Amino acid sequence: MENTLFTKYLLKNPSVMIFLGLLALFTVFVVIMAEGFGIGLISTSFVKTLGKTLCLCMIAIAMDLVWGFCGILSLGHFAFFALGGYMIGMWLMFARTKMIVLDAAQNVALPMTNAEINDAVGTQIFGVVGGAEIPMIWAFADQFWVQLAFVVLVPGVLALVFGWLAFRSRVNGVYLSILTQAMTLALALYLFQNDSGLRGNNGLSGLQNIPGFDDVPQSLISIWFFIASAAVLAIIYVVAYGVVSSKLGNIIRGIRDNEARVRFLGYNVESYKLFVFVLTAIIAAVAGALYYPQAGIINPAELAPIASIYLAVWVAIGGRGRLYGAVIGAAFVSLLSSYFTGGQAPDIPFGFATLRWTEWWLVLLGFSFVAVTLYAPKGIGGLIDHLSRKGNSS
Amino acid sequence: MTRPLFLCFLVFLFSSFQAAMASPEFEELLARNAKLIHKSSSKTVDPVLADIQEFGGQAAAEFMETWKDKKLYYVKKTGQFVLAEPAGKNDAGKKMVSVIDAISKQPLGQMVAKSVKQIKPNSGVRAKIATTLVPIQLTSDDIEVRRGGLDAMSRDIQPGHLLPLQRAIEAETDPDLKSRMEQVYVYAAIAHGTDAGEVEAAILSLRDNLSLETRAALNPLLTSQVKVAVELPGDVNIARIITPGVSVKKSDGTSGSVMLMSGATPELDQTAAYQMLVDAGFAAETISSDKRNESLIEFAENGRIGDIPLSTLNTEEARDTAYDWLVLNRGLPPRVADDEMRSAIAAHVFYGVYDHPSPDVTSAASDVLAGINNKVMVYKLMDLALDGLSLASIYFLAAIGLAITFGVMRVINMAHGEFIMMGAYTGYVIQLIVPSYTISIMLAIPAAFGVTFLAGVLMERLVIRHLYKRPLETLLATFGISIALQQIAKNIFGTQARPLTSPSWLDGAFVVNDVLAISNIRIAIFCLGLLFLGLMLYVMTRTRFGLETRAVTQNPAMAASMGINPDRINMLTFGFGSGIAGIAGVAIGLFSKVTSELGSDYIVQSFMTVVVGGVGNIWGTLAGAAMIGSLQKGIEWFNPSNTLAAQTYMIIFIILFIQFRPRGIIALKGRAAED
Amino acid sequence: MIQLLNVDDISVSFDGFKAINGLSFDIGSAELRAIIGPNGAGKTTFMDIVTGKTRPDAGDVRWGEKGVSLLRKSEAQIAQLGIGRKFQKPTVFETQSVYDNLMMALANSRNPFSVLSYKRSRGDDDKIEDLAGQINLMEQLDVLAGALSHGQKQWLEIGMLLAQDPKLLLVDEPAAGMTAPERAVTVKLLKELAASRAVVVVEHDMEFIRQLECRITVLHEGSVLAEGQIDFVMQNQDVIDVYLGR
Repeated sequence: MENTLFTKYLLKNPSVMIFLGLLALFTVFVVIMAEGFGIGLISTSFVKTLGKTLCLCMIAIAMDLVWGFCGILSLGHFAFFALGGYMIGMWLMFARTKMIVLDAAQNVALPMTNAEINDAVGTQIFGVVGGAEIPMIWAFADQFWVQLAFVVLVPGVLALVFGWLAFRSRVNGVYLSILTQAMTLALALYLFQNDSGLRGNNGLSGLQNIPGFDDVPQSLISIWFFIASAAVLAIIYVVAYGVVSSKLGNIIRGIRDNEARVRFLGYNVESYKLFVFVLTAIIAAVAGALYYPQAGIINPAELAPIASIYLAVWVAIGGRGRLYGAVIGAAFVSLLSSYFTGGQAPDIPFGFATLRWTEWWLVLLGFSFVAVTLYAPKGIGGLIDHLSRKGNSS
Repeated sequence: MTRPLFLCFLVFLFSSFQAAMASPEFEELLARNAKLIHKSSSKTVDPVLADIQEFGGQAAAEFMETWKDKKLYYVKKTGQFVLAEPAGKNDAGKKMVSVIDAISKQPLGQMVAKSVKQIKPNSGVRAKIATTLVPIQLTSDDIEVRRGGLDAMSRDIQPGHLLPLQRAIEAETDPDLKSRMEQVYVYAAIAHGTDAGEVEAAILSLRDNLSLETRAALNPLLTSQVKVAVELPGDVNIARIITPGVSVKKSDGTSGSVMLMSGATPELDQTAAYQMLVDAGFAAETISSDKRNESLIEFAENGRIGDIPLSTLNTEEARDTAYDWLVLNRGLPPRVADDEMRSAIAAHVFYGVYDHPSPDVTSAASDVLAGINNKVMVYKLMDLALDGLSLASIYFLAAIGLAITFGVMRVINMAHGEFIMMGAYTGYVIQLIVPSYTISIMLAIPAAFGVTFLAGVLMERLVIRHLYKRPLETLLATFGISIALQQIAKNIFGTQARPLTSPSWLDGAFVVNDVLAISNIRIAIFCLGLLFLGLMLYVMTRTRFGLETRAVTQNPAMAASMGINPDRINMLTFGFGSGIAGIAGVAIGLFSKVTSELGSDYIVQSFMTVVVGGVGNIWGTLAGAAMIGSLQKGIEWFNPSNTLAAQTYMIIFIILFIQFRPRGIIALKGRAAED
Repeated sequence: MIQLLNVDDISVSFDGFKAINGLSFDIGSAELRAIIGPNGAGKTTFMDIVTGKTRPDAGDVRWGEKGVSLLRKSEAQIAQLGIGRKFQKPTVFETQSVYDNLMMALANSRNPFSVLSYKRSRGDDDKIEDLAGQINLMEQLDVLAGALSHGQKQWLEIGMLLAQDPKLLLVDEPAAGMTAPERAVTVKLLKELAASRAVVVVEHDMEFIRQLECRITVLHEGSVLAEGQIDFVMQNQDVIDVYLGR
């Protein structure tokens, strides 16, 4: 019954069907090619890169919803992304350290008391920042489900409070962008402190090791995460598609184009913006919670204001106001970036000098933002629309 | 300093006063002590030094200097003190030395090197000689030597210095030096005076003296030791009564209570207090948890204590119970219960005793120090205010270019920070070419303006002009330029920081006292900020260009119909704002290192300065900079170690501030403010 | 006649400039009223105050039989009470179809969650088709609003206001930029509307106002200069001096 409902939905919305189909094909392809399961053509580290890229596609969808559809250029969504990562990272790090501590204590004559276990875990985790006590915010760190709830709750509440304050006082346009950037910077600076309780600039590390799965090789774990990322991306895409194709989608596009008109139609613009802001913050947080276990480490540098601007640029290059545009932009630019900055790209020798991609890629990227905003404001998505329309008419 | 002067002095003596130096009494004194000098040890040398110091005079000073510097020799046969210089070899191939008498400076001709022996005092002896030497220098006829001696003395005042210093003060003729001697004497008296009345008078004379020296002199008087007794003794100089776990120690040795948020912790916690009781023999030893655990492991039989398996002892209570079993059955010392501990502590008195025996002295020191500390606090507050002011000047400089491009033209230029960086690098490059720092800075300012003006004009023409209707996209495009410029700078200049050196006349500081000193560079930046404010106000309100700029921003169509070319004005305005950022870059580069990330450190703060102050108003930018600068310093005041936290709280404050004044401190109202 | 809106002695100033100065104004529940006045007379500011965009420095605005004060309410709340506003320039959602524009305006729940779960219903479709017929846009339902002509956009905006089913309509210069036949249609439309609700028209064009055949309020420097039927107003010496005479 549900199955038929879903098929009906897919048939009604061909773009979703195409997206989900391509994503499924891609997932199956990578799994078959991967080191862990398949024939080993794709290395474990590249599977992780692809998995991380899928997570970046999720946050790009969030950015597209909030900016492309609702017109709020948020430069703060990487803060939510990183917070999601921190929340799951706390559990990963705590639970694993606790296991190591308990393992080491197996042969000791006296079994450890809870206080001793906590002391030992605290010293392990916070030794680098010169502490041994476990901060209050780690109170639930060994309870997976609580931390998982925090992944959604903490960034969600932050977005709710910040958004309520900002929208209530009608901070708009570039002012709002600067304010969100300030929020991100404040959070980053706070996390950089050693006594923030989250290990200062060391951040949380060893996140690729999943507690309780120590025997499973990374090549396999990477595939699990890859599949999970693909599945969550599919869900987020469908949810986002549902939002933008509902009447709420009409309203938020109306807010983007003419906020005053929406207000005089009797809609409380603030609550709509808040709804979208919080929803996208949660999407970003979920994406972050999937991203950082694949990256292995998270530190405050991740939420430097620049990261959120990159996000905006991905969406701009991919094409605003089109969900698949955001996905294409994020995947395309981030993969290209890691290709060129990873030192894999061949240098181009000129007669007098050599062009090193590691040095000049950012310059090229920077100028390509300019080119895209000037000459292709609709991005790659716009190009696809243009081509498909041509295809239809001929 | 002392040594070269002293050598000059020696040369001087050699040339003219040789005969006058000879002093039979001194020679006699040395002869008497010859043995002790030849083979000195820090244990035996004291009486000799005392004798020499008593004798005083330049001959003694000179003798001790040579002794200390291991230049003194003696003739093995006669014991006569001589100075020896290598003088080649004689016909027989033996090493020769030329020798002069150490006291009379009479040349004694050449001798075989082996017939003289160098006197090598060890470091302990040399230190003692140095101590003795200083007061002797004070009796010198040469004012420079006396001055040097006083300097040396004030660095390390010894008890033995008091008397010679007193004498030197009486004899001193130079009023300047005399007053300095008197000052040093005050410190000497405080540190080593034996008469409580004299010490107290010396302390009271330091009232209101803010120098670091004074505080360093007074603080040692207030050191104290923590003691415990059954009853408070009456015969000691009690500093404070300690309530374990409650009272805190104040800097003057008295006790106080914990103030909220001060971060102070009680001086003595319960455990430490009880340990003191144990150490003093007033109470039985506690069984620490480590010791208890060791005993449990040690006395376990087959993994059990009695019938309790060790593997169940995973709580403190269970371990205590098991240990109590050991107490009962194996005769181990019993644990001390918490309430026993508490009552033992309550039954005794804990107190601090001043190391200085005289209550008059300690209370005088504490009074004077309290007075000084109050004044220091006032000056520190002034210092903080000035710090806030200079930070505000920096933010103002960084933001003023934005006040034009963003505030007046409403163009979001994320590359503004990179213009600041370009200005700083322009200064650096000019310093590479022009060696004089003064001239290079003078050149750098117009050059930086020129470079960034051109960059601004170029950017406006090529990019921004096409995006006036799309402000959010301007943000993206200029951000692209920002990262490209940053990377280009990195490719050209590398990642390491480049220095932009300020001319020497900017190096010093305007010193008010030991607490308050304002570095010249901060004064210069403050002045530059004022200058910019004046310049901006003048340009925007008094010049044709300013008028046209305002006209174009308010109504481009109308301005165009009045014969103003809006394209040209937009281009020039943007160039002007960018050029100002370049000059700010030179100023900022002078006190922080020039890196490719220089600009991005300031960009968010700059935007916030403009937004908080009120967009479109130069006074607003000034108010915003003043608020952000003083706020940040103010927050740092509460937690000086943590500038990151200060910045965090400042940003949060700004976010909240914008709630109440969304249009900034100085807001435009009415229709002009819409959009 | 029942009082629908009662504006009582309001004043507002921007940086010392008094845009509205002791203005009082009443309108009944089914009345057509025109407001005229030279530039800077405070017409737009008056609308801003009634719709909640600007807060007055003094005075009060009361609504309906119960006399609820509008001053503490947001734009959205005021709109939900039943005050619709048409802007000077046609403001419709140009990137969305005429159907969607009307659908958003329909008097349904404005709560984000019920909006999210909104489903097209036969009833709503009928209403939208009725409205489209009323504003002559039946054929253009699936056209993007941005592709409409200037006059059609004005009608669409009026249609959106009708979809809100307001008790009071504030219409800012509806005839601006319209061709003569379009004007005639607009006059007819406004008159029809005023049969069942209050309509306030702010207009420059005297000829258009004459066609409306309604009571006229003349504003000058932020307060009411004269009020009455068109002939009465046009013979008023004050009005002639400040407005018509020049």
